[in-house]
Amino acid sequence: MLFQPAIIALLLASAVSVLMLAAATPYAWQLVRRWDIASGSELQLVLERRTYLMSTVLTFVFATQLVALLLFVFNADKMAVMFVGAMCAVGTLNANAYGFPALLAQIAVFFMAAVWLVLNHADSRAYDYPLVRVKYRLLMGILPFVLLAFVLQLLYFLNLKADIITSCCGSLFSSDAQTLVSDASALPPQQGLWLFYSALLTVIAVAVLHARKLRAAYIVAAASAAAFVAALTGILSFVSLYVYEHPHHHCPFCLLKPEYDYQGYWLYLPLFAATAAGLGVGAIQPFARVPSLAAVVPQMSRRLAWIAALGFAFFTVVATFMVVNSNLILLKD
Amino acid sequence: MKTWIARQKALIDFTLSSLARRKLKNLGLLLVYTVIVFLLASVMLYTHALRHEAAQVLKNSPEVIVQRMVAGRHDLIPPGYLEKLGRIRGVQNKEGRLWGYFYDNVVSANYTLMAPSPEEHGFGRVADGTIVIGAAVARERGLVPGNLISFRSYTGKLFVFTVAAVLPHEAELVSADLLLLSEADFRAFFEISAGYYNDIALSVANPQEVRNIAGKISETLPDARIILREEVLRTYESIFNWREGIVLVLLSGSILAFTIFAWEKASGLSAEEKREIGILKAIGWETGDVLKMKLWEGALVSLTAFLLGYVVAYFHVFHFSAALFEPVLKGWSVLYPRFELVPVVDGFQIATLFFFTVFPYTVATIVPIWRAAITDPDAVMRG
Repeated sequence: MLFQPAIIALLLASAVSVLMLAAATPYAWQLVRRWDIASGSELQLVLERRTYLMSTVLTFVFATQLVALLLFVFNADKMAVMFVGAMCAVGTLNANAYGFPALLAQIAVFFMAAVWLVLNHADSRAYDYPLVRVKYRLLMGILPFVLLAFVLQLLYFLNLKADIITSCCGSLFSSDAQTLVSDASALPPQQGLWLFYSALLTVIAVAVLHARKLRAAYIVAAASAAAFVAALTGILSFVSLYVYEHPHHHCPFCLLKPEYDYQGYWLYLPLFAATAAGLGVGAIQPFARVPSLAAVVPQMSRRLAWIAALGFAFFTVVATFMVVNSNLILLKD
Repeated sequence: MKTWIARQKALIDFTLSSLARRKLKNLGLLLVYTVIVFLLASVMLYTHALRHEAAQVLKNSPEVIVQRMVAGRHDLIPPGYLEKLGRIRGVQNKEGRLWGYFYDNVVSANYTLMAPSPEEHGFGRVADGTIVIGAAVARERGLVPGNLISFRSYTGKLFVFTVAAVLPHEAELVSADLLLLSEADFRAFFEISAGYYNDIALSVANPQEVRNIAGKISETLPDARIILREEVLRTYESIFNWREGIVLVLLSGSILAFTIFAWEKASGLSAEEKREIGILKAIGWETGDVLKMKLWEGALVSLTAFLLGYVVAYFHVFHFSAALFEPVLKGWSVLYPRFELVPVVDGFQIATLFFFTVFPYTVATIVPIWRAAITDPDAVMRG
């Protein structure tokens, strides 16, 4: 099933990203080893010039990855009509063993790319490139994941055969199946609610605290990651039920469909943005003591913390609104 | 934030005037870029509209169709089959259908003949001796309601019908070659005895029941071939996607050529441009600023080309019926329906198209742009 425009586009984007990163790696290695800002040698001059190319290329590649994630989910949803029994992205992604791993890899690359972009931004704000080594070491660390995402995507699309029977969200997310996702959805709404709101309120509080007092940066990052998981668990365990007004429909992807007025975008876009910003707060914190970043890091982490706090708050408000507005009565008090 | 916006505005302003200074070169690039976007966008818009049309048409077709197979060939449903099916839970309605093909020597085309059930179309029951015809048939044979039309049936007998009505133009995609006649006329014309049908149509309310019902039918009637609407839909979807993909792959040669062209254009800086960059750096621009300026240049060119190409493709497809791609994507037939596609614009398609055009362009220009940006001011001004 390679001859589908969106699949060709996704594979093209992914392959080009891998190629560009691979091409950049030897230069990154050289930068890590030979970088010496104090030197006036010709090599240092060449390296300094090269950093411009590198950061442009990488910004481009990572921006591509962010868009590709959206396109990937969208494409999975669109293809559902071609598979027997598939009604949304879950069925399509479940059509072979590589679907969900490819999605997870893509999400992982998304967050790594976001953190890298935050670091890059901090680096470009300082006059002496204090983070060059960190940035390019990190780049070499990200490359395997981008490669993995590409390989998984390729395997997924190559092994995709229209017409095979796949289980749809109805059966996968039913409480009987013993898979990871169904475990999450099997979390009773009451506990789901509790986990959801406590994690989100915590992360909002911590992020606001950091934005005002500049404390607990690592906790912001950790809380963001935890809130991301809790938010997805919450969507599976009760938010989706309220949106669909159906006590057994736990699908996290159907929210994105036009039948439900694309409500999912109001949830997922702020959630992903807030999580990325929250992780960014933690990522730049180790460099707060670098002299040339002394002014930059607090300012940036303050801003990122605000983005995280507002993003999570927006997400919580939207989710609460969906629950309150629903006609479904799930919990009797 | 405000200074950042002001800065970008100033950069855009400078870039625009710099682009305007080299009109010919940039117009050439813009033209090629626009043509590429236009070609790809036309293919995408057209197939998407066709897909949409197919889905709309199939929306009203029965969920399950049962045909009888004899020696692997489609055969008539003999009397008693409808009763044999009995009552299947979940099936709202079942009926035998009568339809067939008839070759007309006069226009060398095939007609589809049908004896509709009364509720199936807007004309009520078609009276004996009259006929309702599709728009393309009316056009080819020059018929208006009230005219007489005669056909020599496969048995050699001559049949004369009065045209009762012409099917509306809006439905032409499905009814171009359609002739509707009464059940008695149909049976007489094709000599099909009473009780025989071409196939059985079942309507099922709950889509999740369709497969169960299909399973039950194949148990009761082992010689039946069961066609599900969702399968037809899926096949259409696959075929249109596949055709679209093939055309895009064929066009990938031109994308590649365009990428090389963009690379060449971006790396072949004229002496004047080099001087310009040299002067900018001499008066205090940093490498990063030049890079930004050049990236804005790329973004502006891309955006203009993308919008222009897309709009032109839109008109090409929806107002000029995609004259360039019609034969490949639509298929052909003598009585081909004339139809205007309903304009459908899809964000997903735009994103895909973006990946096919702007993405390769940007990839191709990054390195040349960087080369231009690191130019040494003194080297340029001395040379």
